[in-house]
Amino acid sequence: MTTTDTTAGTTAGARALPVTDLSLVVLIGASGSGKSTFARRHFTPTEVISSDFCRGLVADDENDQSASRDAFDVLHYIAGKRLAAGRRTVVDATSVQQDARRQLIDLAKRHDVLPIAIVLDVPEQVCAERNAARTDRADMPRRVIQRHTRELRRSLRHLEREGFRKVHVLRGTEEIERATVVTEKRYNDLTHLTGPFDIIGDVHGCSAELEALLAKLGYADGVHPEGRTAVFVGDLVDRGPDSPAVLRRVMTMVKSGNALCVPGNHENKFGRYLKGRGVQHTHGLAETIAQMDEESDAFRAEVRQFIDGLVSHYVLDGGRLVVCHAGLPEKYHGRTSGRVRSHALYGDTTGETDEFGLPVRYPWAEDYRGRAAVVYGHTPVPEATWLNNTICLDTGAVFGGRLTALRWPERELVDVPAGRVWYEPSRPLRTEAPGGHEGRPLDLADVHGRRVVETRHTGRVSVREENAAAALEVMSRFAMDPRLLPYLPPTMAPTATSHLDGYLEHPVEAFAQYERDGVTRVVCEEKHMGSRAVALVCRDADVAARRFGVAGGGTGSLYTRTGRPFFDDASVTEEILARLRTAVTDAGLWDELAASDGASGAGDWLLLDAELMPWSLKASGLLRSQYAAVGAASGAVFPGALAALESAAARGVDVGDLLDRQRERAQDASAFTDAYRRYCWTTDGLDGVRLAPFQILAAQGRSLAALPHDRQLALIDRMVEHDTTGLLHTTRRLYVDTTDPESVRAGVDWWLEMTGRGGEGMVVKPVDALVRDSAGRLVQPGIKCRGREYLRIIYGPEYTRPENLARLRGRFLNHKRSLAIREYALGLESLDRLAEGEPLWRVHEPVFAVLALESEPVDPRL
Amino acid sequence: MFLTISTTGSAESPATDLGFLLHKHPDKAQAFSTSYGTAHVLYPEADAERCTAALLLEVDAVALVRRGKGKGRGGAPDAALAQYVNDRPYAASSLLAVALSGVFSSAMRGVCAARPHLPGQPRPLRVEVPALPARGGPGLVGRLFEPLGWTVTAEPVPLDGEFPQWGDSRYVRLVLEADTLTLAEALRHLYVLLPVLDDAKHYWVASDEVDKLLRAGEGWLPGHPEQQLITSRYLSRRWSLTRQARERLELVRLAEADDSDVEAIDNAVEAETEQEERPTPLAVQRREAILTALRASGAARVLDLGCGQGQLVQQLLKDPSFTEIVGVDVSVRALTIASRRLKLDRMGERQSARVTLFQGSLAYTDKRLKGYDAAVLSEVIEHLDPPRLPALEYAVFGAARPGTVLVTTPNVEYNVRWESLPAGHVRHGDHRFEWTRAEFRAWAGKVAERHGYGVEFVPVGPDDPEVGPPTQMAVFRTGTAKEEKAA
Repeated sequence: MTTTDTTAGTTAGARALPVTDLSLVVLIGASGSGKSTFARRHFTPTEVISSDFCRGLVADDENDQSASRDAFDVLHYIAGKRLAAGRRTVVDATSVQQDARRQLIDLAKRHDVLPIAIVLDVPEQVCAERNAARTDRADMPRRVIQRHTRELRRSLRHLEREGFRKVHVLRGTEEIERATVVTEKRYNDLTHLTGPFDIIGDVHGCSAELEALLAKLGYADGVHPEGRTAVFVGDLVDRGPDSPAVLRRVMTMVKSGNALCVPGNHENKFGRYLKGRGVQHTHGLAETIAQMDEESDAFRAEVRQFIDGLVSHYVLDGGRLVVCHAGLPEKYHGRTSGRVRSHALYGDTTGETDEFGLPVRYPWAEDYRGRAAVVYGHTPVPEATWLNNTICLDTGAVFGGRLTALRWPERELVDVPAGRVWYEPSRPLRTEAPGGHEGRPLDLADVHGRRVVETRHTGRVSVREENAAAALEVMSRFAMDPRLLPYLPPTMAPTATSHLDGYLEHPVEAFAQYERDGVTRVVCEEKHMGSRAVALVCRDADVAARRFGVAGGGTGSLYTRTGRPFFDDASVTEEILARLRTAVTDAGLWDELAASDGASGAGDWLLLDAELMPWSLKASGLLRSQYAAVGAASGAVFPGALAALESAAARGVDVGDLLDRQRERAQDASAFTDAYRRYCWTTDGLDGVRLAPFQILAAQGRSLAALPHDRQLALIDRMVEHDTTGLLHTTRRLYVDTTDPESVRAGVDWWLEMTGRGGEGMVVKPVDALVRDSAGRLVQPGIKCRGREYLRIIYGPEYTRPENLARLRGRFLNHKRSLAIREYALGLESLDRLAEGEPLWRVHEPVFAVLALESEPVDPRL
Repeated sequence: MFLTISTTGSAESPATDLGFLLHKHPDKAQAFSTSYGTAHVLYPEADAERCTAALLLEVDAVALVRRGKGKGRGGAPDAALAQYVNDRPYAASSLLAVALSGVFSSAMRGVCAARPHLPGQPRPLRVEVPALPARGGPGLVGRLFEPLGWTVTAEPVPLDGEFPQWGDSRYVRLVLEADTLTLAEALRHLYVLLPVLDDAKHYWVASDEVDKLLRAGEGWLPGHPEQQLITSRYLSRRWSLTRQARERLELVRLAEADDSDVEAIDNAVEAETEQEERPTPLAVQRREAILTALRASGAARVLDLGCGQGQLVQQLLKDPSFTEIVGVDVSVRALTIASRRLKLDRMGERQSARVTLFQGSLAYTDKRLKGYDAAVLSEVIEHLDPPRLPALEYAVFGAARPGTVLVTTPNVEYNVRWESLPAGHVRHGDHRFEWTRAEFRAWAGKVAERHGYGVEFVPVGPDDPEVGPPTQMAVFRTGTAKEEKAA
């Protein structure tokens, strides 16, 4: 659709030059023809790149012709960056030589934008006078301008053939003065249309199925009572029983504004046939031709016109939706070039052919990382499924499959079965990618190196390269399959350091902090003496396979804070999952969690945050090598040392306070041994193993991170009640009003009582779970208050000695608090992405980031 | 931490001479400040017949952690020391040896101004160390002290009496008795052998540590049957790779976040290979088999996936027919060692242009790995949990798709031929599985079929008629599957 308008609009009125919003505009004119002035007048300063400016950049002299080669390198580089970013770019250089223009046209093609030429044809005399008036160009030889003008004239005739899609020629200074530039949208840019849409897969002449589907979608005679718009992904014709009826229906709907349609490869070929071009009557075209022979000439002409006017793809709904026939990588969205059209119609191939002699399609959707959903057809698949935010709706209606539609923005699939096999497929329907999704890993580019993760709750969270490198090592060598690892728990900050005698941590500070944050109602939850565990529980193996893509009969996962499987033996994990599943089922939680959202169907899976006990189950290595070792060494050394001191003292040697001090140290060491022993008990299989869930993080289709903790705990209590195996345990809790001194005192007493009996401590959380302070910042989702005895395991047996406490109080919490909030926001983000059914790489991104942040340098004792 | 040194005596040679020898008065308790806390010397008994000197070091655990602030992790130089929960205040570690040499320096040198004849005389000595960390157990304690003339009693200390199933701790209660040694000799034995048995890398040693060892070991170390072990353990702290190993703090933190030992995660590089390369004959044979297969494939551009410390890369560089060699590993530490081994920073431009090392992971697809002639996965797959293998399969055979892929892995059937390997044990702590020949062939066949490769199997090492070779290698080639079909 090249337009050259050298004469149109040259009458008295001003020339209006249509210029596409995303294009490479090449100004063509001799030195002194007024290109820079023209560019300044009609385009923004940053849209324009001039060769003079680039000469200045590389040579400190805008007229140094010897620097031209480098200057144009820079010009092409900048223009390329702008075009890649989707910004219109105007090149202000003489561009009178074909070779110079060819490079720019190549550049435009490389970035799939339209090259547009605007020619300023000004008499040589005018150019010369203008140059003479400029001090920096006064000595430009006249012959240079003569040569420019000569080359320009010679070029005019074949600008179109060179590849410019629009050519505007302005003759004379007056016409240039009066011309205006009108920005035009691209044909494929329908971002202003928000639907709602019903996107319909490949019809292939299956008229009855189409009518049935439209009816099921709620259309009556091509019109939806709620004003929905149908969008056809192409391949309306060929193979099926009644292509003309399908065309008639779709064309009527498009004409009346009730539908949009993009062309498929079959329309493209049929269109060429209608234009009288020689095409092979294969792949079902013969059937269409035969059916169309029954139609009138007028209808055939109408069809030809309709097909001719189809735009290769559409960008819809504010850029959130792209519809095309054969799929489209993100860099082609909204672009305009031959190869974009070709990809939209035919897709990409690897160059190989399969055992049926058909080309092997390049699995572009696997690489797709775009934010826009791409809905397409073209490749018959047994079932429409999302992959990386793309979905193929060709479910083989004409091959006896189904005709499928996608409701947008609802993302619901609606389909009708084919009446029969209308056409035998040349190969069996199968998923596009060889081998299916099983074993298909994520791409390293999704996690590697320095990264910034966009979170909806606290903005951008960045991950440093060295931390990502460590996370990569642990994720690759030790962690679960990422599909079964949709969340990692964030770290938690301790309460502000206490200055009460004998205490390093005390709940008073935690209550006070929440009061300052404007949080009145908090819940104190008992801190279990175990290891953090996340459990993904699917209703059955089918759900695990369908929703999480894992075959092999597993029904979920149970993993640690760094994503490692808790048990080497998968059957132990399955046994725990089975017990959880029974408790959830018997408590009636599946339906309740799904139904409360109004979502269709029963819940299929849920994700639990929990504590698995005893600690010795997982940390036995650490317990033995570190904790028990210290206990053993201290137990071995003190009897002899104390005896020696006592003997010396008995001999009359003045040992000062050394003896008393050693006795105290011996007591501290023994208290330490008692402290770690509380975390150890023997288990046999699952006998003795306890699991205390304390939050349901997500259930099918929804994140529950904002569900208040009192309701959370009530749900979990019911789970525990319905567990008959003794595995599940409740979390003791106490609600405290941070503004009521009486209530705060009760909270402190509760903590003192619990930790006095050897308890680990408690976590204080805002009852409302997801809370912001008056400045709109997230408040800490929880603050831990660890017991005095427990802290011996952290700060050493003798930390309670006054001189040690005095030094240990100099600890810095800010980094830990900031880390806790960042990891919390990442955790929320992964839950939201998981609940919304976003692609795996999107869920994995914040999960990986949490692991990376865990390797940041923070005092590990906090 | 605590030890006692006792002697017995008679009227002509009273036991209290110990006070002269040690240069510490038996009727006084004396305190000395050392860099890790206060050392106390006192005598629980002191008469002509029996005299016992006790050395008690009060270690300041908090100061130990906080020393050297600013190096991350609370500023401690070593992961183990950065814990407040630490055996240093209780166990007779190298800190005690340092205190010993500080407090009894003249006794160690054999100098006694007041009684110059005493140091040269052997006397009955009894040394008691109630909590001695002994890596290597009571057996090693005996092997170290007995050749020096000591009668050794080393009783293991149980980890926790309440949990007998946990077994013994790494501490022993040590009693040494001898009549033929001088006190100076005894002290020098302790000074060297306490840290050797402790084997903890916990303080930065100066460059004169070799001299210290030579001095303290004079007269007894050269002829000691365990000289090599003593020397290498004593000096192990000086290996620069050890220092660098400790700089992988990100991994230390991730281990801590999961209540794991650092060694359980940061184990991509084996401890002993940090110090010296000990190429086993099998590793050499494996590399030769790989080189032979690569040359036969005609590959010029080669990926070493899981290159570890770069031994194979080094071999490949010697053959100019390999024009581009890329070493990939998930362990940054392994890559750092590989880079050092290859001397990448000093290599000529032409050579260095042939080799690239970068961090990558076969659990993810990686565009950088596309388009190579061949890829080697030598002893890699067995380090993956079986559920993660399909990801590796797709990343290598589906996405990167080199023309030739070589995979080597242990043949578990051969394990019965390893004399040092207890029955049922895998060859390496990080091996998640070891396959029989049939298992490996089944896996390789499935992979080849799914991804359009042909596969052949090559034995590496002596091919035992009964149990096969120690290492099995699969050679995958693209295209051959189709040709076979066409033929």
